[in-house]
Amino acid sequence: MAAPKIIVVGGGLAGLAAVIKIAEAGGQVDLFSIVPVKRSHSVCAQGGINAAKNLKGEGDTTYKHFDDSIYGGDFLANQTPVKNMCEAAPGIIDLLDRMGVPFNRTPEGLLDFRRFGGTLYHRTAFAGATTGQQLLYALDEQVRRHESEGKVKKYEGWEFLSAILDSKGVCRGIVAMDLRTMEVRAFHADAIILATGGIGAIFGKSTNSVVCTGSAQSAVFQQGVAYANGEFIQVHPTSIPGEDKLRLMSESARGEGGRVWVPRTPGDKRAPKSIPETERFYFLEEWYPKYGNLVPRDIATRAIHRIVYKEGLGLDGQPMVYLDLSHIDSGTLDRKLGGILEIYEKFVGVDPRHEPMKIFPGMHYTMGGLWVDFNQMTNIPGIFAAGEAEYQYHGANRLGANSLVSCIYGGFVSGPNALAYAKSLPAMEGDGGAGAEIARQNELNQKLISNQGGENPFRLWRELGDTMTEHATVVRYNKGLLEADEKVVELLERYERVNLADKSAWANTSFAFARQLKNMLELARTITKGAYLRDESRGAHYKPDFPERNDEKFLKTSRASFTGSPDGPRIEWEAVDTQHITPRPRRYDSN
Amino acid sequence: MATRTIQLEIKRQASPDEPSVWERFEIEARPGMNITSALMEIAANPVTADGKPTTPVTYDSNCLEEICGSCAMRINGKARMACSALVENLEQPIKVEPLSKFPLVRDLQVDRGVLFENLKTVKAWVPIDGTYDLGAGPKQLPQQQEVNYPLSNCISCTCCMEVCPQFNEATGFVGAATIAQVRLFNNHPSGKVLKEERLRALAGDGGIQECGFAQNCVEACPKQLPLTTSISEVSRDVLVQQVKDLLTL
Repeated sequence: MAAPKIIVVGGGLAGLAAVIKIAEAGGQVDLFSIVPVKRSHSVCAQGGINAAKNLKGEGDTTYKHFDDSIYGGDFLANQTPVKNMCEAAPGIIDLLDRMGVPFNRTPEGLLDFRRFGGTLYHRTAFAGATTGQQLLYALDEQVRRHESEGKVKKYEGWEFLSAILDSKGVCRGIVAMDLRTMEVRAFHADAIILATGGIGAIFGKSTNSVVCTGSAQSAVFQQGVAYANGEFIQVHPTSIPGEDKLRLMSESARGEGGRVWVPRTPGDKRAPKSIPETERFYFLEEWYPKYGNLVPRDIATRAIHRIVYKEGLGLDGQPMVYLDLSHIDSGTLDRKLGGILEIYEKFVGVDPRHEPMKIFPGMHYTMGGLWVDFNQMTNIPGIFAAGEAEYQYHGANRLGANSLVSCIYGGFVSGPNALAYAKSLPAMEGDGGAGAEIARQNELNQKLISNQGGENPFRLWRELGDTMTEHATVVRYNKGLLEADEKVVELLERYERVNLADKSAWANTSFAFARQLKNMLELARTITKGAYLRDESRGAHYKPDFPERNDEKFLKTSRASFTGSPDGPRIEWEAVDTQHITPRPRRYDSN
Repeated sequence: MATRTIQLEIKRQASPDEPSVWERFEIEARPGMNITSALMEIAANPVTADGKPTTPVTYDSNCLEEICGSCAMRINGKARMACSALVENLEQPIKVEPLSKFPLVRDLQVDRGVLFENLKTVKAWVPIDGTYDLGAGPKQLPQQQEVNYPLSNCISCTCCMEVCPQFNEATGFVGAATIAQVRLFNNHPSGKVLKEERLRALAGDGGIQECGFAQNCVEACPKQLPLTTSISEVSRDVLVQQVKDLLTL
């Protein structure tokens, strides 16, 4: 019998981790990615990767990592997979080290660790402030090695359009589009793994890369895969507002001693360096003495919102606060944070070694994603998911530096499980549904290219981003969420009149974008509807009208299913695995 | 106050077989604008300065923070990343063209796959025994990390290849980026097990001796990789390897 064929979609950390495990176990892998995999969004991760290696004599343990992650996620994550991840993390760091990741070192030559948000331990391994880039390259190199040995075939410059489902609803492969020739083709596989990352584009501007549209997740959602906890969106406290995107300013800046402050006097016009200590308001340190600047992201983001919008203390009346590194010596900063200082310098034109940075919260990450079981398989047999595309590891709020470990761990779990599943899969009947799926996709393409009307997809996208950012990020009201949902429905209706300026069939990027846009719109409704129905505040989901966590009603995973009806997705509530740690109140202002 | 505008001239080419044409655009200036946001603006309103409807520009981009290496192009004649090219620092009209040394796909998009093929040829990886748990990696002093980390910052943008006079079809030169990766992996405590193979891969035609020391690479590199130092160091190692191989024939 031929070796099982697995398709991995997405070449970031999760996808590459899955590919490596499958190739190592003798499986055949086809790897699909919109961009050359080395350019995937994982390169943007900056600060580091968590693992309780306890190399600083602090008595850190994997159990404490587990507890911090569950508590940080406000008890919404299923506990068993998080526990397993935290136990695997130290081994993952060792493996990455062996692969050649240039982690920062102690004088003795051991791995160095730094502090990060939501923990009191030095638990974060790092390579300067470009850890995601370095990790991605290490996995990319290993995949290139497998590729040169014929175990992996890459399809870079191909976009996933949909899964192929047979008459029994079992996945038999994918339909993808060549982004140069615009050819639509079916690829057979015994199992597929979606490692297609984040959904930042739904919010217009975010810290995410251009390819992070959530289009692939939405496509399978519309084919019947459940989408879980979609309402949990992480808004990173420190980003640099920009014309084309919000550039991340890593939490590691605070991990290395960076301090967030505003002048105590509203509208203070003095240069920041000339404002004396007593006239500076280090509000995180004052409000959260134990964790200080290293409270979890949801807490820090809400605090900055309060300072700007309630206390009226934003810099020069603008929605911005200082993130200050200028008290730390330049040599240390260059060694530990060089990459992010360079970003600020290049894009803002100010040297953060000497001047405090001006930052504001920006949409960063989705805790929600495709529903998966503990084996990383969705509710459609043969469709697996890993990385940010799925919902499993971060509950209601992700801790900084847990994303890289969850991506690699999820990839490592999904790869072997997909292979095991594929080995026991009964043979396919006929073409497994490939012909019908190709026909459906060609029809969608034909309709889009010949559409007449007055709508431009890029302008519709801006409207989507504006409404989602206004109503579905830091502070949420039911009225606003309904308004956002109505707006999305309006955009879906206007989408039918999208008229592409480019109707050619060669490297047509606006055509590909328009296909993604439709999927963004459908997925946006899981966010607004989940947020609307969840009448409580938990982690990143905050409703002033329902300020408390309500475990009785909402210690539950929201599970959205596509209905195709104008009412939007159907939401069901699923019990959370809390067998290891009993939920307790989550407070960072006292302990 | 009158709105300030930005003048852009973009070299367009619908496909590899069609002739190229220049199109002029005028868009509203906003503070902090970069070339990628100007291209996004054109996509939302694809009309030339003469009021002629056109198509959105095809180009590669992804992270928009100069770490993914996608958006390399020639801006006012200089090979650089479009995301970190701030409009306010550029002379207008801003001329935007595709990289010239790589097969053109469309507009500003080119095919830079050759770099990834080169990385295969020189085995730019650490050949680990497996991904199962084998304990900690080798100890490395901070000084070692400080040499390797900058080399590992290469974003594969290919600017160094674009500006190299020797990088052309006649020489088949691998280019500076690949050579820097050879140095990186030969430096690694266990990566160096393939050192000889890597050096031999750089010994023949198209190898390291094609370098003409123009030093354009190190100036063009957006990540300040020590490219010329790396070329000198690897050159020496290749020579030593060639002599060794000669003596053992």
